[in-house]
Parts: sequence; structure tokens; C-alpha cells
Amino acid sequence: MAGNPFERETLNLLLFDWLRIDTLAELPAHQGQDVADWTAVLNLADRVSKEALAPAWRASDRTEPELRDGVVRVEPGTRAAVRTWLDAGLHLAAVPEDEGGLSLPFTVAAATMAMSMASHIAAASFPMLSVANSRVIRTFGTAAQIAAFAAPQQAGTALGTMCLSEPNVGSSLGDVATRAVPDGHDDLGPRYRLRGTKMWISAGGQDITEQIVHLVLAKAEGPDGRVISGSGGLSLFAVPSVLPDGRVNDVAVTGLNHKMGWRGTPNCVMAFGEKTGAQGWLIGTEGQGLPIMFQMMNEARIGVGIGAAALAWRGYLTSRSYARERVQGRALDARDAPDPVPLTRHPDVRRMLLAQKAIAEGSLAICLYAARLVDLSGAGDEEAETLLGLLTPIVKSWPSEMGLVANHMAIQIHGGYGYTRDFEVEQIYRDNRLNPIHEGTTGIQGIDLLGRKMLFDRTGGLDLLLRRISETADNAPDDLAGCVTALRAARKALEEGVAAAHDMNDPAAALANATQMLSAAGHVVAGWLLLDLASTERAGEGQKLACRYFSQFELPQVRAWLAPVVAKSDLTATLNEDAL
Amino acid sequence: MKVLVPVKRVIDYNVKVRVKSDGSGVDLANVKMSMNPFDEIAVEEAIRLKEAGTADEVIAVSIGVKQAQETLRTALAMGADRAILVVAADDVHQDIEPLAVAKILAKVVEEEGAGLVLAGKQAIDNDMNATGQMLSALLGWSQATFASDLKIEGEHAVVTREVDGGLQTIKVKMPAIVTVDLRLNEPRYASLPNIMKAKKKPLDEKTAADYGIDVSPRLEVVKTSEPETRQAGEIVPDVDTLVAKLKEKGII
Repeated sequence: MAGNPFERETLNLLLFDWLRIDTLAELPAHQGQDVADWTAVLNLADRVSKEALAPAWRASDRTEPELRDGVVRVEPGTRAAVRTWLDAGLHLAAVPEDEGGLSLPFTVAAATMAMSMASHIAAASFPMLSVANSRVIRTFGTAAQIAAFAAPQQAGTALGTMCLSEPNVGSSLGDVATRAVPDGHDDLGPRYRLRGTKMWISAGGQDITEQIVHLVLAKAEGPDGRVISGSGGLSLFAVPSVLPDGRVNDVAVTGLNHKMGWRGTPNCVMAFGEKTGAQGWLIGTEGQGLPIMFQMMNEARIGVGIGAAALAWRGYLTSRSYARERVQGRALDARDAPDPVPLTRHPDVRRMLLAQKAIAEGSLAICLYAARLVDLSGAGDEEAETLLGLLTPIVKSWPSEMGLVANHMAIQIHGGYGYTRDFEVEQIYRDNRLNPIHEGTTGIQGIDLLGRKMLFDRTGGLDLLLRRISETADNAPDDLAGCVTALRAARKALEEGVAAAHDMNDPAAALANATQMLSAAGHVVAGWLLLDLASTERAGEGQKLACRYFSQFELPQVRAWLAPVVAKSDLTATLNEDAL
Repeated sequence: MKVLVPVKRVIDYNVKVRVKSDGSGVDLANVKMSMNPFDEIAVEEAIRLKEAGTADEVIAVSIGVKQAQETLRTALAMGADRAILVVAADDVHQDIEPLAVAKILAKVVEEEGAGLVLAGKQAIDNDMNATGQMLSALLGWSQATFASDLKIEGEHAVVTREVDGGLQTIKVKMPAIVTVDLRLNEPRYASLPNIMKAKKKPLDEKTAADYGIDVSPRLEVVKTSEPETRQAGEIVPDVDTLVAKLKEKGII
């Protein structure tokens, strides 16, 4: 391993000094816990990440999972790493105590995830998917279903998946073609036979645990053999790979997708019910499939943001240590100097390091801030819930999009070496390239932000955000006055952009430019939190530098992104497709 | 049989150590601290003895600053039954010397009636490699150092030691002090559920004064300095030049 994939000191600064998570110990859910406990948990995650996960990361890229005799073989080091992670019980962190977990704050769990994902994002995604899966079952399942499907995942003897997409259905889940035919009723509730093909199923097959619990989105047939069209007809089913009586269920991995990165997690084409029909049990009620999945989306999307932030960190730290050691060229003002200078002496390399630092810290700040909102809203804080709703599409997409910009610079700093597979940065970039795609593409997030969270919003989310930004600006120290000015200007531009979108009185037309709004709003939020972080008493010179860089070089882009929104551009809405 | 395991809070092995500007020692303020890795191996071995039914109780002891509580919590989370913290310093920079540590441990061993002490062979901060041996002398117990294998056979401990040139197996009479080496075992992680459960295990707090031991330093640190930084390399045009340069430096 070339370097430390993560900077623990900065993580601690964010958690304990900036977010003051010690105050979360006062919430009823975390009674009796304290900072010392959470530090011990973070230390555990830190060690497991460095000692068990990180060493398997490279091998997982070179030895892709294999489908042999119907079984998906995960790269052995990765298999062992996931096992160690589960044995350490890290997947139980945020599970409530009365449901078999430890009731730690979600913010702490998010921080453990950040360290794990920086070390080996593909290994970390097995438990991450499983945590989301068992949470669905615990929230919406019956006691018998929880015992059969969630408990083994919590015990580490099963892992879970989310089977939503199909070969022809990605972002438009209403068109799902998998069918579920009623097949009686037993202890586990209404039973069905499922038939259909699922696509892009991460960890759909693996040889880490015997049991795999698939959560499958399908359409239940009515007595007349028909299904309800659109997303209202979707239901959710728990389909175990091994049935309660020990027989193998009619679920098969029929192929593996060969990915650009993130290769340690097998990505599967799944056939449900090719023979007798896959047995599955209804979770919740018929037609509730999509609303159930949406309940889980907030945290899944924070998870994506954290992965992207973690990889931005890793690229930044990797290219920083390279730039400090690598000597090349002379300083611009001393061209005849006898010896070459470290890369860090060149202003353009410094720019790229600073940009990565701002993106990495900004991304992590956004994700952890949102994680804290999850904890606060769970304790009944309505403002936190409102703000979380507005921020979620940004939490998912800003680190994903900007993390790639950061990784691009990490490669650039390495020059030709960065383009070879002898250095880590190319894998970091390839791994990270998934993040703008899964759990709702950037385009979907833009529509969510400008549509549901701004144009059709009744919760006052935007006003709350604007107010919080002003509070940070009002309270910033004098030495950050330049950042305050830049943030206020960006805030104003955002306000005007949203007003222009409202003013169109035509949501469909306005949403054509939704991604522009998402980019702009993401930058405003990042600028806000970087200033808020840099204003923290214990923040160092580095945090102030990142904030200044972001204010001078990045925040001016907000107005540029919003130009087509303010101009009410209909270019993409009305163009002639044949001319594309 | 009660097994006593002394554990020391030291600078984390992953942390890049910085010498204080006045050369008086290493900067430990706001630095990540962990259990001495050799002590972790000792804790693991003690837990395995308990799991095998050879030991009845595992007691972890730490001597130093109050923050060593965290280190003891780690030992408890790994599986130790209870812990004793002997506060002997206020300042994280004060290292309690081996003799004082051994004297306190001797008192704790007597008080607890322990039958075996499993200790790390040395702490990675000062590398003294002395406490176990001193404790053995103070108690008049057998000692077996640098253990890479340990078996308790009735009244004896059979210990394989890592020595220059290979392995040596010795048989010592119990009670004994065994100091452990790197290859004895691979310590388990204290799992998250066990970290939280460890909060409920007993942790007694004492002071050096409670045992009547004077911990004031007998040694004086004259100077602490960073290792010399690596010098820049030089590319030579051919083998002859290389040989000439090596001769010039007296290397060959």
C-alpha cells in the first residue's frame, strides 16, 4: 500500500470539533454512550480497514470474480476481508439495541464506513448492502420474517442484496417485468412464486456466506392474472437463496458483468424462477414496494456520497505523497537552479492538490453533516428532517461528480505514471466512476432536487438552507472575510436561479435544466460547509486554505452553471433529436 | 488460576513519531495512542488459556496516566474479565520506568494471588525489555521470555523461545512470568458488540501511592533526536564509476 488511504485526524476534527457529535450522547437513543465508546469503535474500524481490507483492494481489481459451477467466487483476500469486517460486528453499529444492534449514532457508523470504503470500497459494499437490506426487513417485516431473513444477516451468517433493476429497466422502475404469483401462505406470511430477470445485482452471488437474502421488486399478479401498470403495482419480496427447509431456491446467477472498476463486488445477472418459480415472501403489503424502497433511499444515498468522498480522500493523499517525493523541473522563478524541485513547488500542482483537498473535505463534510441530520431527525428534530430531504440529492451526487474531478487531478499529478496500472490512482478513478450512476444517477438527483425539493416543496427546505448559510456567514472569523463575500454572492445566485425556475410556471420545462441547478446548489452547500468547518476553533491552516481555494476558484462557477436556468433556456427541451 | 496481563498505553504503531523541539522526548499531545502490540498478544494468549479452561480469570493491569483506561477497555473488549488501573502520572509525557512498574505489578500479583503473568516482551515506545525480568526477580518466580509458544502442563509451563539462530524450548516451574513475542498468536479484534459490553466489566482505579511505590524517575533522558534523514541519491554513468565511488566511501 502506497500510503494511508485516509486521514484520521481530519475525520476526528469533523466529528468531534466541527459537528460536536458528543452532543448526540444526549439523545435518548444513545443514552449511556460516550465519546470514548465511539472513539474505540472508530479505532476498530480504522484497524480493520487498514489491516484486513486495504491489503485486498488491488488483488480484487486484478482477479475479477468468477462464475464457476453456478457459484460466484469472490477474490479470496476480499472474501476474508468481508468475513473479518462482519466478525468485528461493524454492521451492527447503527442498528437499534432492541433489534439486536448497538444503537450507535448513524454519524459514527457513517464514519466507520468512510474508513472502510477508502481502504476497499468493493469489500465494504457487501456489508453496506446487507445493512440496508436487513433494515428494510426489520422495519416492514413481521416478527417471523425478521427472524428468518434479518437475524442471520445481523449474525453475519447471511448477506443481503437489493434486486431492483432489470435488463430493460433501470431508472424507470414502474416498468419492472418480474412477476409474482400467489402461492399460499405460511409462517413467513403470503408466499409467491417469482419469475423474471434482474440486472446489475451487486453481490447477487458470492461465496462468503451460505445464505443470501434477496429483496426483489416485482409485480404481483391479481386473481385475473393481471398486474397493475406503473410503479403502484410494485411489491417487495424476500427471496432467500436457501429455503427455510434447507432446499436451494430457484434463483441462479446466469452471468457476471465485467465492470470498469469496483470489481471486487460481483455484479450479477440473476434469473429468478427459471424452473419451478423462486419462492418469495411479501414484505409489507402489495403495491408498497416503491414507498418501502424510498424509505431506505436517504441512507443508501448518503452511503454513496461517503464512498465517493472516501475515494476523493484516497486520491488526494496518494497524489500528495507522490508530489512531495517526486522531484521534477525547476521553479518558475529559478529556472537555472541546479537541482529539480519537488512537484509541490509548482503552483499548478499546488492548485490540483488544493482542489482535491477542498473536494475531499467538502464531500466528507456534506456526508457527515447529513448523517448527523439523520440522527437528529430520528430524535424528532423537524428542521433536521426538512434540511436532510433537501440535501440528500446533493449528498449523493456532489461527492460523486466532484470526487471524480479530484481523482482526475490525482492522476494528472502522477503524469504518465498515473495512467499506468503500477500506480493506485487509476484504480481509484475507475472505482469511483460508479458513484454518479448507482442509487439514482446524477440526472435523477437533479430532478429530485429541483422538482420535489424546490419547485413542489411545501416544507420550506430551501429557506432553511439559505438561513443556515447566512448564519455561518455572519459568524465566520475576520480572516475568512473573503470567503464570506464569495459565499454570500453564490447564495444570492442560487436564490435567483430558483426564483427563475419557479417563474417559468412550467415544471417540465424547468426540469430540463435540473442538473445545472444540482451542480450549482452542490457548490453552494460545499462552500457553506467548508466555511463553517474552517470557522471551527480547532480548524487548522489546511481547512482555511481549502476554504479560500474553494471561494476564489470554485464558487464563481455557481453563477455560470445557473446561467441557462436564469435565462430560462429551452435548448435541451425543444431541440430536434435528429440533429444530435 | 488467575492470569495477570500488564498492558501499556503507547503511541500507535501507525503514527509517524515526532521528536519534541526541545529534544526532551517524543510529542504525545493529541497523538493516537493504542495498546502496546506485544501486550495485545499477551491478552490474546490469556484469553485463549481461559477459553481452554486452563485459566479461570484474566485481569488486565495498566500503570500510567488516567487515559490508560481506554487501553484497559480494549483488553476488556477482547475478553479480559476485569481491569485495574494504577494511576502513576498526570502528564502523558511521563514514562513510568520498568523498575517502578515491576514493583507495582509485584504488589498487584500478591494482592490478586495470580498464578501466571503474561506480559509483552517490551513496549514499542521505549523498547526497554526489562519489566518482565525485573518482576520475576522481585517475586522470585520463574521467567520465560520471548515466548512463541506456551503450554501449561500441570505445575509447569513449557515455553518455546525465539532466540538467535532458532527456537529453544524450556520448561519452567509455575508460578511464572512469561513475556511474549510477535509470533505467539494473532490477536483478535475487540468486536463492536464486545466494545460496548466491556463498559459493564469492572475497572478498579488505584494509585501508585496505594501500593506505597515511589515512581519518581531514576533515569535521565539526556537527548532525543530524529533519525538522520535519507540523503539524496546520485546516478552514476557506468559500473566503473559506481565501483570507484563505493571504494572512495570505503564501502568495498
